[in-house]
Amino acid sequence: MTPVLSVSALAKHYGGRSTSARDALHDVSFQIERGELVAVVGPNGAGKTTLLSILAGVLAPSAGSVSASAGKVGWVPQSPALYSKLSVLENLQLFARLERVEEPHAVVAQMLEQTGLGARAHEPVGRLSGGNRQRMNVALGLIAQPPMLALDEPSVALDPDQRERLWELLAARAGAGTSVLFSTHNVSEAQRYADRVLVLADGRLLFDGAAPALLAQGGEREGGDLERALVRFLRERAGQAGA
Amino acid sequence: MISLLRKDLLILRRSRLLVGLLVVYPVAIALLIGFAISRSPSRPRVAIVDEAAPGETIKVGSQRVAVGEYARQLFSQVQSVPASTRAQAIAKVKSGAVIAAVVIPPGIAARLSSDVNQVQLEVLYNGDALEQSLARSTLESALAQANLGFSEQIQKAAGAAIGTLLSGGNLGTIGAPEDLIGLSQIPSTLGAIVKRQPRGRDRTELERIDAFAGFAAQNLSLARRVLSTISQPIRVEAVLLQGRRTPLNTFAVVVAASVSLMFVCVLLAAGGVALEREEHTLARLIRKSGGAGSAGGSLVSREALLAEKTLLAAGCAFAVAFAMLAGIGAFVALDWSRVGLWLLALAFGAVAFAALGVAIGALAREVRAASLLAFSSSLPLALLALVPAGSVSSGFYDAIGAVSFVFPFKAALQALDAAVNGASPAIGLALLHLAVLAAVFAALARVGLRSVE
Repeated sequence: MTPVLSVSALAKHYGGRSTSARDALHDVSFQIERGELVAVVGPNGAGKTTLLSILAGVLAPSAGSVSASAGKVGWVPQSPALYSKLSVLENLQLFARLERVEEPHAVVAQMLEQTGLGARAHEPVGRLSGGNRQRMNVALGLIAQPPMLALDEPSVALDPDQRERLWELLAARAGAGTSVLFSTHNVSEAQRYADRVLVLADGRLLFDGAAPALLAQGGEREGGDLERALVRFLRERAGQAGA
Repeated sequence: MISLLRKDLLILRRSRLLVGLLVVYPVAIALLIGFAISRSPSRPRVAIVDEAAPGETIKVGSQRVAVGEYARQLFSQVQSVPASTRAQAIAKVKSGAVIAAVVIPPGIAARLSSDVNQVQLEVLYNGDALEQSLARSTLESALAQANLGFSEQIQKAAGAAIGTLLSGGNLGTIGAPEDLIGLSQIPSTLGAIVKRQPRGRDRTELERIDAFAGFAAQNLSLARRVLSTISQPIRVEAVLLQGRRTPLNTFAVVVAASVSLMFVCVLLAAGGVALEREEHTLARLIRKSGGAGSAGGSLVSREALLAEKTLLAAGCAFAVAFAMLAGIGAFVALDWSRVGLWLLALAFGAVAFAALGVAIGALAREVRAASLLAFSSSLPLALLALVPAGSVSSGFYDAIGAVSFVFPFKAALQALDAAVNGASPAIGLALLHLAVLAAVFAALARVGLRSVE
């Protein structure tokens, strides 16, 4: 089976040769299959946003390659990227035109329905709540019907109900064949929704596998606490690196 | 690009306060600057206390000059406010009704006639350092003009007295003999008498007197010519080396339009680019949608985005500035046959200012910072470009010239002045300058957009 996305020996270096220079990513390689839901977890500064920004084409890597075999990568940035003076409908229509969507009216209507924002279609985005803005943000990432979607902490501003609806939407897209890669601080989300988990720390990919395997490596039994397992896993790795 | 342009126009339409400010504020600033430049300084309000006796005159030879002539000369230089006493004049100065008061002392005729004492006028003024400087400079100029006018009257009287001495006639002075012989007539009259005299001591003496009379007449004639020269020793003839003379009011129109063009362009372009960053939409627009390193393009290229913002800002500013020119044209005589050149100058100026604006927007990253930077850099740089040569030291003027050269205001002003008034330098040079600046600022903006975060 051909992967939808192949990442090979990816590296990102910030700061040139100055004393503050650092490697945000170092030799990161993985693949994502069609319809897979993959979570990227790790502590702050691990390189999650840098990785997603490179996959989305916002940043250029210092080394390595990214290959999206099926074409476009939809992108949902951490901060909603929307025109607050335009209405929900106008934002969707604008990006549908810019993305050269074949049937823009149908796709916009579908996005309004999937995000549940149909009743607020004519409301300026600036007046929407944080949760609704994030739903719009996701809708814009999906508007070109991309085979691969990259989301940077998509649930961070949402209440539990909104989170649930977001994951229902993403699960439905994954079920329809869209590959989804998302970063999160909420490890339980990775445990519940992801088919696979990538663990990043200090720009290095330390783990690539299913959640039960990470549980096992963190010393937890099946059905145990993935967050506790992750913390233990990271400490052990840090200890090995220190030794 | 059309979709982006439509989106930005929609956002502008919904930002009525911003659009209102963008139009009203620069127009107000432009009109203020225009009026400040075009209005010649009005005559200062000065209280004049004339303590000289009415009808007092100074005697110059056989002529008399009224002392009131000096007051009349002074009145013509200032907007005189009557004050009957010194105390009243001081009260007017203190209340701010006048910028200064001039007291013409009593007995001015006697002092002028004494040949010993110079007459002293008392000037009273008040206020802060700026008002004091204004009062002093304007009054010094007014008093110098009045002195000049009064001395001309005295010189005319002296000239007339010398004329009578040379040509003879009636001196008009009580007790003076009537039908006096003129000094210039003596040599011919005396010469005829001398020829009839036998040679001897008397004839020799008469010949000496005759020679003296001739010499004195020549020198007195010269003195009269010198007096007329002293009254206005140098005449000024102004010659404009290049272009047409620009009337101050049409130049003010050009300044006002240029200032409006600059503000609308720079603020709109800077704000437009910075808004894309602030709304986080810049990354969405210009990211490579197939991922980093992919062959797939972005929704909008950086160049197209900058071109769209430049076009939008330049178009709006062009419309505002042209409407302003056309509106003012109803009150000030502008040469409408040159309207094609106006449009050309406005278009080049608008693009150069918009390129500066997108560069500021790309580098500033936030709308507030971009607006502040655009405003705080544009206004002083525009004012610097208006500093006339000779009003500051040559080194400082060179520095101002260098700063003005790398900022589009002066070039836009020169292009518009050449287009509207036919002033020099030629419009082609200014347009070329604007085109180069537009290219440089566009390149700078492109560098500023290298990073989208």
